[in-house]
Amino acid sequence: MTTQAVLQVRDLHKTYNGNQVLKGVEFDINKGQVKAVLGPSGSGKSTMLRLMALLEPADSGEILLKGSRIGSREHKGKVLHLPERALAIQRQEVGMVFQRFNLFPHLSAERNVMLGLTSVKGISHHEARAQAREMLQKVGLDNRADHYPSELSGGQQQRVAIARALVMNPSVMLFDEPTSALDPELVGEVLEVMENLAESGMTMIVVTHEVRFARRVANQVTLFDGGVIVEQAEPEQFFENPQHERTRKFLSHVH
Amino acid sequence: MFFDPNIFFEQLVSVDYIKGAALSVAVAIVALILATVIGFFMAIGRTAKQPYLRAPAHFYVWFFRAIPALLVLLIMWNALPQMIPALRADWFSPFIAASVGLGLVEAAFMSEIIRSALLSVDDGQALAGRALGMSPAKVMIKVVLPQAIRIALPPTGNEFIGLIKYSSLASVISLRELLTTAQVGVNITFRYAEYYAAAIVYYLVIVTILSFLQNRLEKKFAWTSKTAKVKKTAEPVVATQVGIS
Ligand SMILES: Nc1ncnc2c1ncn2[C@@H]1O[C@H](COP(=O)(O)OP(=O)(O)O)[C@@H](O)[C@H]1O
Ligand SMILES: [Mg+2]
Repeated sequence: MTTQAVLQVRDLHKTYNGNQVLKGVEFDINKGQVKAVLGPSGSGKSTMLRLMALLEPADSGEILLKGSRIGSREHKGKVLHLPERALAIQRQEVGMVFQRFNLFPHLSAERNVMLGLTSVKGISHHEARAQAREMLQKVGLDNRADHYPSELSGGQQQRVAIARALVMNPSVMLFDEPTSALDPELVGEVLEVMENLAESGMTMIVVTHEVRFARRVANQVTLFDGGVIVEQAEPEQFFENPQHERTRKFLSHVH
Repeated sequence: MFFDPNIFFEQLVSVDYIKGAALSVAVAIVALILATVIGFFMAIGRTAKQPYLRAPAHFYVWFFRAIPALLVLLIMWNALPQMIPALRADWFSPFIAASVGLGLVEAAFMSEIIRSALLSVDDGQALAGRALGMSPAKVMIKVVLPQAIRIALPPTGNEFIGLIKYSSLASVISLRELLTTAQVGVNITFRYAEYYAAAIVYYLVIVTILSFLQNRLEKKFAWTSKTAKVKKTAEPVVATQVGIS
């Protein structure tokens, strides 16, 4: 298998009303890689994911998907953000899983998974249903297809949310603290689904506080702090022998 | 001259009253539909970022909230046809004037209801829809609106009942709705109690039926599966099982 960069981020900057949140983020992720992103709260991790999912425009910098620039283009030296309709098409390539699930409460689990297929990809109701069932089975919820989000536990809701993103067949999956809103006893079932997904070869970026998950499942662990990537290494190296003082300090807090 | 039940029942089943009640309901329905459509666009305008969308929507709501509905009806029926010759034609009936007039006024109030309903839908919903690659229109129609409708439904039911009652204002433009029917009868017979009582019964029946329909509609927005409800009481702790192994 050749290593192929799925997502590349170059010098990404973002400021909210004078508050500089991203200060030149750089990184690459190759096909099949799982990157765990650790970092203190408020350091800009969610912002970075939202930018990569094209949910918000970057102030400057570029995002490349399989080598092609997405989200913006350059025209006579000026950066132009793509219109919402063009962005919508590109977003299909990037799956996003939110901390608070954001399932559609008015739709059953199955309909949640189907909506992207029917309303974005234009797949027939019948075919979408079959695909949704299959995807729900993958996350162990085929027996909950008719349940509405309010009738599911947090762990089940997050697994439906993963199925909803996955069914669109994205090139990369972004997870924003997928287990932070869960009761401790429900964390395991979600991490298990994610681990299976990683084993199946999905390219994943996972913002998380689950150190054990990062150690066991990720190929690469990243410390994100103050709007930049501070350290990036293989799990063994990252946890046993971090190169930066900031990483050592951060790890002493979470261990 | 006591209350004569015969006169009362005679009026209760008379064609005039049934027609009058039907007209009242019809005016209210047309006005509400018009108000909801206009109100939706005004609500979008008022939540928009662009000043050229905000300003007209703001002006509309400001204007129609201030003007009494009665005055709007009088203008619709008397002033507009004077200024616009096309409105002097036969098709411009009291029914149309009343429905449109009340609809225009009601739109100002519906826009407030719709606006707060749209704003109360969690931001994460649109975010999730956009992340899937849905276009802005699809996000609105498939994700945000169904949730906003549930929130807007109870206050809209109240507005509808209000419109049924406001339709009686149309008596000033000679629409023979329910209350005008009663008044016309009274003017001939002077049987105030019987004719007014018949009107009361009609209003009560209309509002009761409306409340019943509203209740049924709200149940549709409960967002639960019936099978799940049964299961939940039968096996309450099954929720934490882990599916993949
Ligand atoms: N939409 C926004 N508007 C204004 N400030 C924001 C917005 N989103 C994030 N921020 C600010 O950016 C900083 C980083 O936030 P976030 O990306 O959520 O960090 P993290 O996910 O690492 O906790 C915080 O100071 C937050 O207040
Ligand atoms: Mg965050």
